[in-house]
Amino acid sequence: MSEASVDKIVVEKPLRVKFYFTIALVAFLILGSAYFAGFNIFEVLANLDQTLRLLERLFIWPDWSYISNIVGPLLETVQMAIVGSFLGAIVAFPVSLLAADNFIENKYINTPVRLVLNVFRTIPALVLASLFVAVFGIGSFAGIVALFIFSFGLISKLTYESIESIDYGQVEAIVSLGGTKLEVLRYAIIPQILPQFMSYTLYAFEVNVRAAAVLGYVGAGGIGQTYERNLAFRLFDRVGMIIIVSFVAVLIIDLISSNIRKRLV
Amino acid sequence: MSENIVNLPKKPQSNKLYKTLIYIVVFSLIIWAFQGLNYKGVMETASGTVSGMIRGLLNPDVDYITNMTIDGLPNAVLETIAIAISGTFVSGILAIPFALLASQNIVGENVAKVGKFIITMIRTFPELILALIFISVVGPGAPAGILALGIHSIGMLGKLYSESIESMDIGVKEALESCGGNKAEVLFRAVLPQVAPEFLSYTLFRFEINMRAASTLGLVGAGGIGAPLIFAIRSRRWDRAFTIVIVLVITVTIIDYISGKIRKKLV
Repeated sequence: MSEASVDKIVVEKPLRVKFYFTIALVAFLILGSAYFAGFNIFEVLANLDQTLRLLERLFIWPDWSYISNIVGPLLETVQMAIVGSFLGAIVAFPVSLLAADNFIENKYINTPVRLVLNVFRTIPALVLASLFVAVFGIGSFAGIVALFIFSFGLISKLTYESIESIDYGQVEAIVSLGGTKLEVLRYAIIPQILPQFMSYTLYAFEVNVRAAAVLGYVGAGGIGQTYERNLAFRLFDRVGMIIIVSFVAVLIIDLISSNIRKRLV
Repeated sequence: MSENIVNLPKKPQSNKLYKTLIYIVVFSLIIWAFQGLNYKGVMETASGTVSGMIRGLLNPDVDYITNMTIDGLPNAVLETIAIAISGTFVSGILAIPFALLASQNIVGENVAKVGKFIITMIRTFPELILALIFISVVGPGAPAGILALGIHSIGMLGKLYSESIESMDIGVKEALESCGGNKAEVLFRAVLPQVAPEFLSYTLFRFEINMRAASTLGLVGAGGIGAPLIFAIRSRRWDRAFTIVIVLVITVTIIDYISGKIRKKLV
């Protein structure tokens, strides 16, 4: 090497093959799936006037007198969500202890429990509800069971992850003083995770309100059932009213609940 | 003597009245909710249904899994994935302008408030209702599902995008502006390059959620695996129903795993 080349450092550009390959793969996936699903943007744009006409029928002249018929099912929807998330939270607490590997230090218990929780969370609430409708009949009970199982899976997963990330010093302090597992739970774990646990329960409640509003579509009670009946008869002015009322209710519940959650954690 | 040593700190004055009030409200809400619980007992046919379900769970419908035609399970699974990908892509693009409108370091505080409210409204609107609206526009099938997911996901993606825009390093933007860069240059050279990895990560996360959503859209006729599932349940073909549920769980788990790996690499 000559002396002159020392002060001239040539930085080679990194190979961009991988980058271009990724771009090509992503583009292929997106275009391929649009083609496979028969999605055509021009067709959508051509139908735009139809969309506007439908929106007009739904929301410009909704049937305001129908509100009195909506209040009952709407309250039932909220009741379903409360019961589902409350029962889910109660069952979720002990199960999340079983899944947390710093409380039960046994892989053979943690892993299967987590597996079951994952399966429960993966099955959509609507699918669960349609299965339970077959067992319990049409009505809100099937919906409540579905919401219960769904929120149980959700709260357990979030809670066991918080248990695993607690400050372990408090646990060690109690163990070094000869505390039992129960005392560790009472004085080290519960005080640390209780605010988060409540926040997760509220979060599950928010998700449940939204889910409960559509569960009725498969016959599992709540406002969805009223919705489906009116849609079947193509009474769009009533459908529009139902959408507006449930939308406002969900918005209000979301606002209240997320405000409480902000204060909790 | 003991008074000097044990100088206990004062108990914080907790607002007892306020706390009791909250407890009363919460418990009365729960009690009220339980009163709405109308347990009418299981149906008379329930024992038969449950044993049928268990039999179906133990005997998967193998013919259906290996059926490669348009009526088979592989086709339905692929259609579900296609709906999730296309819907996520549509919302990923559409969410950017909404996110910019909701970021107070881009458009100012007042406009951002309006933008945030619009995003919250979109997020609250159930995707199933959107799907039903689009079905009456483009007809039943996958395109209605794609549109529903594409619009609904703007709510979540717009929120996450705007949060990452608001927390980005403002120095780069100011440097460009001080050199006389216009709005478009600021957007493409300062904002988007900084937030791109986070945007991609959020979009992938939304794809995972959309995968689950796409599997229920079929219940209302918007394409995907939900349609054969609801037919199987309504016609009490439990072997087929549980085969679909099991395949759905496995597919979602695999996609979650892959997407999670990519997300870890991105951020």
